Amino acid sequence: MRIAEAWRVAVGALRANRLRSILTMLGVIIGVGAVVALVGIGTGTKQLIEQQVEGLGSNLLIVVPGRLDPGAAPSASTLDMDDVDAVTRVVGDRSRVAVTISSGETVRAGSREAYASMQGVLETTPDVFVRRLDRGAYLTRTDVTTGRRVAVLGAGVAQQLFGDRDPIGRQITIGGVRFRVIGTFEKLGQSLGVDRDSEVHVPVTAAQRLLGTTRIDGLAIRAPDRDTIDTLGRNVVATLVKRHPDTDFSAVTQEQILGVLGDILGVLTGVLAAIAGISLLVGGVGVSNIMLVSVRERTKEIGLRKAVGARPRDIGVQFLLEAVLLTTIGGILGMSLGIAAALAVDRLSPVPAAITWWSLALAFGVSAAVGIVFGVIPAQRAGRLDPVVALRTE
Amino acid sequence: MTSAEPAIVAVDVTRTYELDGVSVAALRGVSLTVSADDYVAIVGTSGSGKSTLMHLLGALDRPTSGTLRIGGRDVSSLGPAEMAHLRNQTIGFVFQSFHLLARTTARDNVALPLVYRGVSGKERRAKATEMLQRVGLGHRLDHRPNQMSGGEQQRVAIARALVTDPSVLLADEPTGNLDSATGEQVLGLLESLNGEGVAVVLVTHDREVAARAGRQIVMRDGLIVE
Repeated sequence: MRIAEAWRVAVGALRANRLRSILTMLGVIIGVGAVVALVGIGTGTKQLIEQQVEGLGSNLLIVVPGRLDPGAAPSASTLDMDDVDAVTRVVGDRSRVAVTISSGETVRAGSREAYASMQGVLETTPDVFVRRLDRGAYLTRTDVTTGRRVAVLGAGVAQQLFGDRDPIGRQITIGGVRFRVIGTFEKLGQSLGVDRDSEVHVPVTAAQRLLGTTRIDGLAIRAPDRDTIDTLGRNVVATLVKRHPDTDFSAVTQEQILGVLGDILGVLTGVLAAIAGISLLVGGVGVSNIMLVSVRERTKEIGLRKAVGARPRDIGVQFLLEAVLLTTIGGILGMSLGIAAALAVDRLSPVPAAITWWSLALAFGVSAAVGIVFGVIPAQRAGRLDPVVALRTE
Repeated sequence: MTSAEPAIVAVDVTRTYELDGVSVAALRGVSLTVSADDYVAIVGTSGSGKSTLMHLLGALDRPTSGTLRIGGRDVSSLGPAEMAHLRNQTIGFVFQSFHLLARTTARDNVALPLVYRGVSGKERRAKATEMLQRVGLGHRLDHRPNQMSGGEQQRVAIARALVTDPSVLLADEPTGNLDSATGEQVLGLLESLNGEGVAVVLVTHDREVAARAGRQIVMRDGLIVE
């Protein structure tokens, strides 16, 4: 009964000062909106990266020289094809091992040219990673062992060099050396910020000859299943360390990459949300301020209500409800604004956004809590007003 | 409440205010009994302590010393919530400046005390309508204070004071803001209520108004002088 009256009075008071109510809510609206939008963008980015890492293939183990700590300097590779043979013996299946040596090169076809990432690889690459061909065929084992100068073009490179014409069988030059196109990849798009359609795959042996080296940058292994992946990683690293006692090697799984990236993104999202949270806090202080004004303006009303039998609690609840109503209405409007902003970013920019139920529930809970926290002091002040003093106020 | 038991008993009541560290004695030992069918006028100049006494009699305030019993309860033992309950149950207030809620209809203004008594909305409206009819405002139920004359507003305030069936009606300068004809109406209303068994205590500085009461209490410097 009394709550119903408090509710009626609170709604009435907010309506009576419509502009003031809206301006007060604005702080909460912006704060909640910012939190929802930023958490949405953070979540969307994280989901996209997870998809991309998982899209590389399953149960991958990537072996690189050096330690894979954030901040550790990348070290020059000392790996060569003999190491690959040793690793292959540990894995026991050549088709599960892929290698890479990469270099940025200018690729030419007639008068057209494109800047591409040349990847020296084994014929096993499509078995280890997920790579689908659009046209032609991939490298063969013979191509690799004989160092044949053949190339498979990424969709972007093929488009730049040949447009709509069929590139299969045509000649191109990579770093001035002639290669024959034998296949093209399906379009892949960006992955972790790298344009994967600008890759050109050539036999690792041909790439080494072109670059004048016997080294490779790193290797990747597809483990038979998730359970053996860690043991396999340890065995591979042990084999490599035995062959290169002065070098550290790391074997990382997709989960570990995701873990590191997820941590970084989590921290970033957290920092952004915290900054947005500060504006929510400022909004809360605004609510507190306006509620104090409201208590002062209605001192006489409070005195009258007390004279006819309102207890301190009845008055306190009335004002607390008014503050909570302000922030929860602001919270709902802020959530709508945040969702709209996140969707707009998702549609209109390359940055993805995903709205999660928990972030909405959190935003609503926090805005209600802000109302309670910042409404308590004005409400207590109203409840404790001495009726004699309140009635005398003009 | 039986007529044998007085509505309010004050024995040697004092009230001292602390203002910036200085003690100001507003009441310096007042004893007074308001019986169940009394019609008392408290007169005195401003600063004589009559308003302070009014606040004490209405359970809005507690004495610094002395005993004050309202409706048989010693107010010194009551907390703010219990005081509120006591006001709601036993006292009806009528103020000089009416103290009606703006933006609120006459009926909802009258029903307000019943909200804090926990009465249902339907019952509140019925009771408020009945009270407004009794003070001759049955045709003004949905009017807001700013749509009514001063006399009508004061009658709404009286209806609000009566809606809880109080044993004492406290009126603080009830005619102070009204012209003499309207003031006469309001006094007539209070007197007819007194005839129905409600104790009426009114504070006034108008000798004519005071003279109509059953008895007068004259205050000066925080004391009752006659």
